[in-house]
Order: sequence, then C-alpha cells, then structure tokens
Amino acid sequence: MELTEDQLHRYSRHIILPEVGGKGQKKILSAKVFIVGAGGLGCPVGYYLAAAGVGTIGMIDNDTVELSNLQRQIAHSTKKLGVHKVDSAKETFESLNPDVKVIGIKDRISKDNILDLIKDYDIVVDGSDNFPTRYLVNDACVMLKKPLVSGAILRFEGQVTTILPGEGHCYRCLFEEMPPPGLVPSCQEAGVLGAITGVVGALQATEVLKLILGKGDVLKNTLLIYDALKVNFRRVKVPKNQNCPVCSDNPTITELQDYDAGYCRI
Amino acid sequence: MEDVRIDKKINIKGLICPYTFVKSKIAIEDMEVGEVLEILLDYEEASRSIPKSMEDHGHKVLKVEKINDTDWIIQVRKEKE
Ligand SMILES: [Zn+2]
Repeated sequence: MELTEDQLHRYSRHIILPEVGGKGQKKILSAKVFIVGAGGLGCPVGYYLAAAGVGTIGMIDNDTVELSNLQRQIAHSTKKLGVHKVDSAKETFESLNPDVKVIGIKDRISKDNILDLIKDYDIVVDGSDNFPTRYLVNDACVMLKKPLVSGAILRFEGQVTTILPGEGHCYRCLFEEMPPPGLVPSCQEAGVLGAITGVVGALQATEVLKLILGKGDVLKNTLLIYDALKVNFRRVKVPKNQNCPVCSDNPTITELQDYDAGYCRI
Repeated sequence: MEDVRIDKKINIKGLICPYTFVKSKIAIEDMEVGEVLEILLDYEEASRSIPKSMEDHGHKVLKVEKINDTDWIIQVRKEKE
C-alpha cells in the first residue's frame, strides 16, 4: 500500500513525527479497532481514531440519540435525535475521513455475541456506561487475548487502564467482583461534566494509537485517575493478581456471563 | 571531494513545509540503510530544516549545496530504519 498525495497531506503531522512516519501511518490505516458504546466515551474515541485514519472501526450500541446525550456525545447532533447512535457516529466519522470504514452494530453486547463481534479486531475499547458490560468485555478480551483500553467516567472523575492479556493486569485483578447495585451511584447521583468524557476518550484513543504503533508506554498494570476538580492525574499501580478469577493460570471463570442487575447507566 | 553514489533522487521544487519534509521522509523510509537520497528543492527554509530534521531522525547529511539562484541540493545517507 502506498500513501496517496491526499493521505500525505491529511496525515502530514503524523508522518513528520519520528515515532510515526509513513510506516506508522500505514499501520494505523490497516488497524481494526472495536469500540463498545457510541456514547460519552465512544464518541471522542471514535472521532480521534477516525481522524487518525484507523482503517476499520467497529461500534456496537443499541440506543438512539436523545437530547440529554448531546451535552457530551460529540459525534451526534440535534439533527440526529431519534437516529441510532451507531448510524449517527458512522456518518460523522466517515465524513471526517473517507479512509475510515465504520461498521455499526445496532444490538446490545452480550455473552452470546461478544466473542464473534471482537474476534477479527486488533484492539478493543470499552466505552460502556455500566458495570455488567465492563466485566463482560474484560472477560471476553482476556479469553481471546485482545488488548483492551478501558475507560470510565463519573461526575468530575475519569479512569483509564490498558489491559494486555498475558502481559499485565485485567479489570478483575483490580476489582474482582462487580460492586453490588446498592453501592454504585443511583441515577440521580450519576451526573457527569461533559468535557470529562473528552479527556478520558482522548486518553483512550492515544493508548490505542500507541498500541498500533508499538511506541511508548501504555497503562499496563496501571490505573490512571483524573480528578477534574483538583486538576490532578494520579497513577495507581495494579499488579496482576495471581489468583484472579479470570486471567490467572487457574481461572474460576471460564465462561462468559451476563449480569443483569439493577445498575444505573451513567 | 569524492563522488557519492546516489541511490535515489527526488524533486520537491514547488513544495513548502512541512510537505518538503514529508516527501523526503517517505522517500528515505523506502530505502535501505547505507543508501543515499538526493533532494532537489527551491524552498529556502527547507534547505535548513530538512538537514536538521534528517539528523534528528538519526540520518547523516552529506551535503547541502545551493546550485543556482533558486535551487538547493541536499544529500542524506540513511543510517537507521
Ligand atoms: Zn485478572
């Protein structure tokens, strides 16, 4: 594959970076990234990956665009109210960059479809808004040994971590079991400052691009916590748990499960 | 001065920064270590910035020469992948 004249212009600020160059840009163009959720995190992650030229972006979301989404979900717009989020995002990303193919899936992710959905992708990004999905995505990525860049947001705080199965920690090494529904914020408590999703989503997109390029460090064995009110980034070491129920040598979780408790979606 | 064997020549006259460097970098990426690239250009600023950027990328600048009123030639040896 040779870069076209248009591509040399479009990606010139990548190409002149020693860590990227034409070769790195070609890796980005042939990369396949799957994003869980086309909401607060999925929008900025997909937006920046599309701008960067990630050749194939898969996205799953079952929801349609609502007015209350538009305070943070920047791939959508007032004109798209009522449209499926994955259709809205596809149109936004593909019009930003015709090099990008977006495969949108209008469905809920579950134990029955997740392995099939992610198996042909290089990297998975979790931009979901609830604990059951976060654990399901973690377990599936560990089982298929797919790199996973996980993000979460609440109120004025964000978290990002990068899971490299076989090399580093997984989400269950960090939090072995899901918190009981009573301990996670109720829907009235689960506000979020919209711009936080941009901070966390851009961090996730950056982790993905470094994984594609094979350059720099990623948040392996590390949880990055962003506190917007205090303007503080904190790195917390997360060692791999030798007794982790899913990623240890003798896992107790060997099949995927759907968790259908009363969790609020943030 | 001994003659250097040129393995590839590009003409980037008419281009300005950063495309002067984009084109030069793409050209040298496709070459083997030890080979020499010769760049013909007419954008003065690039006659200074391309040699600097090539050295930052780890390559060896062999020659920067103004060959007439408008044009420069730069020769660079690829030193690493
Ligand atoms: Zn684990």
